Amino acid sequence: MTGIRTETLNVSGVELIVRRAGEGETLLLLHGANGNASWLPTVESLSAKYDVILPDHPGFGDTDAPGWMDNISDMAYFYLDVIEALGLESFHLAGHSMGGWIAAEIAVRDHHRIKSLTLVSSAGIWVNGTPMGDLFAWSPQETIRRVFARQPVIDEMLAYEPSEEKIEVMLKNRQMAARLCWSPRLHNPDLRKWLHRLKLPTLIIWGDSDGIFPEPYAHAYHELIPGSELEIYENCGHVPMAEARDAFLSRLLTFTEGAA
Amino acid sequence: MDFFFFNLMPYGALDLEYDKKYASANLLLPNSYYDPEEGHKLYTRYIDELEYADELGFDGVCVNEHHQTAYGLMPTPGVIAGALARNTRQAKVCVLGRALPLVNNPLMIAEEFSMLDNITKGRFVAGFVRGLGVEYHAMGINPAFSLERFHEAHDLVVRAWTEIGPFAFEGKHYHLQYVNLWPRPYSKPHPEVWIPSQGSEETIRWAAHPDRKYTYLNVYSPFSAVEQFMGMYRRVCEEDYGYEAEDRQLGLAVPIYVGETDEIAAKEARPHIEAFFNKFLRIPNELLLPPGYTSISSLKAIALAKREMLGGGKTMERMNDLGMFICGGADTVRTRLEEFQDRIGLGQLCTILQFGTLPHELTRKNMELFATEVMPHFRGRLRRPRSEAAE
Repeated sequence: MTGIRTETLNVSGVELIVRRAGEGETLLLLHGANGNASWLPTVESLSAKYDVILPDHPGFGDTDAPGWMDNISDMAYFYLDVIEALGLESFHLAGHSMGGWIAAEIAVRDHHRIKSLTLVSSAGIWVNGTPMGDLFAWSPQETIRRVFARQPVIDEMLAYEPSEEKIEVMLKNRQMAARLCWSPRLHNPDLRKWLHRLKLPTLIIWGDSDGIFPEPYAHAYHELIPGSELEIYENCGHVPMAEARDAFLSRLLTFTEGAA
Repeated sequence: MDFFFFNLMPYGALDLEYDKKYASANLLLPNSYYDPEEGHKLYTRYIDELEYADELGFDGVCVNEHHQTAYGLMPTPGVIAGALARNTRQAKVCVLGRALPLVNNPLMIAEEFSMLDNITKGRFVAGFVRGLGVEYHAMGINPAFSLERFHEAHDLVVRAWTEIGPFAFEGKHYHLQYVNLWPRPYSKPHPEVWIPSQGSEETIRWAAHPDRKYTYLNVYSPFSAVEQFMGMYRRVCEEDYGYEAEDRQLGLAVPIYVGETDEIAAKEARPHIEAFFNKFLRIPNELLLPPGYTSISSLKAIALAKREMLGGGKTMERMNDLGMFICGGADTVRTRLEEFQDRIGLGQLCTILQFGTLPHELTRKNMELFATEVMPHFRGRLRRPRSEAAE
């Protein structure tokens, strides 16, 4: 991919590996439990307008975990350190899945420098009566069938044979995701008490066929965050940036520009 | 060599066709498959068998802990151990073991074990395990903290047993202001400890440490692997810790069936041992090995080999060849166990003489033949080391 640089930031004892591209206002992208693969194909398009920063979270991809990183609260405070270290005074924040949860936790702690917040298929809350899908109990094949909704995408993913190196990264991501999210499963019971503090432009994007966080999770977030906007794509699973790519990118850019 | 009788208490009335609809007898198999009438009969029968082992002269009777599964009906093994504490006379009562990381307050395990140790007047063995990977799904405990919790809980239990309270325990996962055990254990300094495991260098080094000298009990490994693990235990003791391991520190749990002849044994055991390995012990990788429970390198090897760890398709012959099942007339079983003893210096043998669907009559016959035709042969028999080349 052209123009994407790999940089290392030393923050709080972590050598944080980030992918970075473009110029302008900063757009910080936080990836989900499966690593940077969901956001990476969007970086080039988004970098036409923004200084896009996509870190590998500690314990994921190319970044190693420090021993003290035990939960999503640690991760949120760590990113507040990162934001300070980068000298970001005003930036856009977007997170997918577990990364959406981290983004929400960062924002409830301190949203004064955040111009807009986008939560995509986001973890972080539990909706009573609507259990999440148990991604830790699924086989790789079942995971693909639950995460994606469109058959051509499913077929393509099922045919994919990862290299040994890729398998190792997938296992590393999965292990760290379990450490951070196993229990309480992919949510913080206290977060919903404080989402009302998010008095900033917030966009919630979801797929109507998300097999991990079913659509009621989107509506719950929408109700809990005052003034938030909600966008739901039809016949779309847990990764809207893959299954509804064009609509997703244009909606995200319209929203961030409107919040500028 | 000492002999123990291990009863896993499977739900022997299981509809073995379950696997046409469900992937495992663990966790996801609906409990509508459990009939309490059958359950009552099985508990009664299994406790009778454990008590009979005491009468037959086994050195110990063993129970263990599993959750939400047809594989074993003892989520709280202390209930069975409590009954055995009163109804056995000479055999040690062994809980092999309790899964320390699965509880949020390990003090309860220290208390329970201490009660059993007092009631039996020290005729008690405490087993500590991490629990199967699938049990981290079953109990909602984070597998990524399994090892940390195991070590911390172990330290808490041993300190509670040996130190005068009240004192504070300050851990990461367990933090208690008051530790002051009533009752203190009967045994000095504390009950005998065994560590059942499928074998890892880390566990072996930890168990063998001079501060502990815990018995390492290998479960469900091919004999070639068992030999390697036991060799490692002895080597670590000698080279790193500067002492010679006693035979009592090395234990093996293995299903065994003794018949009047090799042919009779094979015919009687086959459906039940194959049900044991293929139906009761059927667990998909994702449930068996949750992330964080096992190292990334071993998970990678499994993923690359596309290997199902506990799937189906195991034949009795294959299990017999691997040494994961011992089956035959008394002569055959004696010969194989002599080989085990000579090759690894085995001190404790936990016989699993009931397995899968094996009915009561055959279990009793198996126990009787083992106790009369096999056990006496090993009383006072010492290890005669042999090497591959000498055979």
